[in-house]
Amino acid sequence: MYILGISALYHDSAAALLREGQIVAAAQEERFTRKKHDAGFPEQAIDYVLEEAGITLAEVDRVVFYDKPFLKFERLLETYIATAPSGFASFRKAMPVWLREKLFLKSYIVDRLKTREPGFTSARLLFSEHHLSHAASAFYPSPFDEALILTIDGAGEWATTALSLGRGGSIEILKEIHFPHSLGLLYSAFTYYTGFRVNSGEYKLMGLAPYGEPKYADLILEHLIDLKPDGSFRLDQRYFSYASGLTMVNGRFCKLFGQPVRLPEKDPITQFHMDVAASIQAVTEECVLRMTRAAHAEYGIANLCLAGGVALNCVANGKILRDGRFDRVWVQPAAGDAGGALGAAYAAWHGEMGRPRAPGEGGRDAMRGGYLGPVHDDDRIGRDLARLGARFERLDREEMLDRTVEALAAGKAVGWFQGRMEFGPRALGGRSILADPRSQDMQKVLNLKVKYRESFRPFAPSVLAEKAGEWFDLTAESPYMLMVADVTEAHRHEMTPAQTALFGIDKLNVARSDIPAVTHVDYSARIQTVHAETNPLYHALLSRFEALTGCPMVVNTSFNVRGEPIVCTPEDAFRCFMGTGIELLVIGRHILRKEDQDAALKEDYTAKYALD
Amino acid sequence: MTIISELWHFMNARKKLWLAPILLILGLLGGLLVVSQGSALAPFIYPLF
Repeated sequence: MYILGISALYHDSAAALLREGQIVAAAQEERFTRKKHDAGFPEQAIDYVLEEAGITLAEVDRVVFYDKPFLKFERLLETYIATAPSGFASFRKAMPVWLREKLFLKSYIVDRLKTREPGFTSARLLFSEHHLSHAASAFYPSPFDEALILTIDGAGEWATTALSLGRGGSIEILKEIHFPHSLGLLYSAFTYYTGFRVNSGEYKLMGLAPYGEPKYADLILEHLIDLKPDGSFRLDQRYFSYASGLTMVNGRFCKLFGQPVRLPEKDPITQFHMDVAASIQAVTEECVLRMTRAAHAEYGIANLCLAGGVALNCVANGKILRDGRFDRVWVQPAAGDAGGALGAAYAAWHGEMGRPRAPGEGGRDAMRGGYLGPVHDDDRIGRDLARLGARFERLDREEMLDRTVEALAAGKAVGWFQGRMEFGPRALGGRSILADPRSQDMQKVLNLKVKYRESFRPFAPSVLAEKAGEWFDLTAESPYMLMVADVTEAHRHEMTPAQTALFGIDKLNVARSDIPAVTHVDYSARIQTVHAETNPLYHALLSRFEALTGCPMVVNTSFNVRGEPIVCTPEDAFRCFMGTGIELLVIGRHILRKEDQDAALKEDYTAKYALD
Repeated sequence: MTIISELWHFMNARKKLWLAPILLILGLLGGLLVVSQGSALAPFIYPLF
């Protein structure tokens, strides 16, 4: 039996396919259309997952959409009524879309699917609640038989936060916090206020936080959020305009902090913005920790699963882990709305159809390292590269690994395209740019010459799982780069008083550890532990790098530039390679050196994608 | 017609039949917004606002 899950029409459209309750494939539409966070109906992602299974839509038993449009419409209407007449501008923008498309979602989806199977009817179409989809994506593929599930995001239908209990094949929603009270929207409000784009700039705010001091945390707790001891909260809507307006915050909010909203391409990022980032990060962590502590105290369950956009806040995740209340914490790697496609499919299989569930053998989860997307065999890669005019060598596995490691140790930025593409926002060694973490200049070089992004943004390490404990204060696996932990004391460098006294971006110029390229200014690192079971080739690469250098990790950043979706095909990878400062490209067994390539194939990549 | 029936069942199940008249008015208003975008109808509905 096949079940197809779909998320679409808001942001991060995706499709996922289950066969007898096991994941066959999952992918985000943006990777195919090359439009970041593409919200369109996931035509190409659906085609891909069906092709991966070798079936047509006619063989799919159920199609499940990841949220309930009528419930969302009910929320919109009630919000407009509650805030009338101030919400008219927003109403005027929203209604045409709803009355043309979203309200008729069922027939819209049926029509789209009929282009693949003319006989498709709504009898095979199901709708799952938004937070149930998130909870299902967090619990069903987790390695646990029983767990509490915390899902936190901007907003689904009504729920913005939900605590659920997963046991065997069932999920029971225990508590919810409803719109407009939303931790995700609070974080997004500050993303907007500091001049970053809502729904994509939240990572930047998190990355900016360690440069600042949480000077405004008390102000936020005093005026914006009424945070209870159990982590439940209410937001003072007098400071926000997202419920009925077209912006996230209003004049009262700006007056509270004493500065207007930062205009991204005009106003510089100052110490004030860093302090604001540190403050909202501290409040978010406090809120999430109160929730997890209260949930553990009330239900006494040893495992915790996380999903929803806020679960991508890996700094908060690391604090939950170190808090020690839960024995094990598992975070769905596609924690945002893309993962809702997978969760919706799971919810139908176990929930609607009542199929039993057996958690992964050997304590492993069912996500297979997150490598659930398209793969390209070496023959096809060779043909594609030849067609593009690339100059390359095809090597055997050992030589390819040796040459890659030598380039890394020589300080080169390496494009690494291997195996199946990752599902979720993180590159995990399938579509990655790799570099030597020991280099002091690497962070700046990668940010400015390779990724074309802001210089303050940190990079993450991929480390051999068995060596992670020697380098980081990490007590558990972090295969999906969703846990932050500190570099161990043994690998830190002592700061001089002058270095300690540095402020803001100046902190970047100091090598804080033996691995400065992946050590943030507060000594933290966003860690991916690499496991031989899920990615043997990447594990072999790291092992070889360690044998050569003594360092069991590399810098791992996604294979794209700012504003571009992560590369999907060899052609995408070659174009990105030719448009950026990547010096060596390794695709399957093929190696391409920048100096060998035809200079006429270079393209200006700096302005190719709209800034995110 | 299907959508009206589905909405009716939805409101019934959610015990929110009070939304029906509001939905009707908002639907009409929203419908006018849809048809008026860039169309010759626009001048005729300005007095409504």
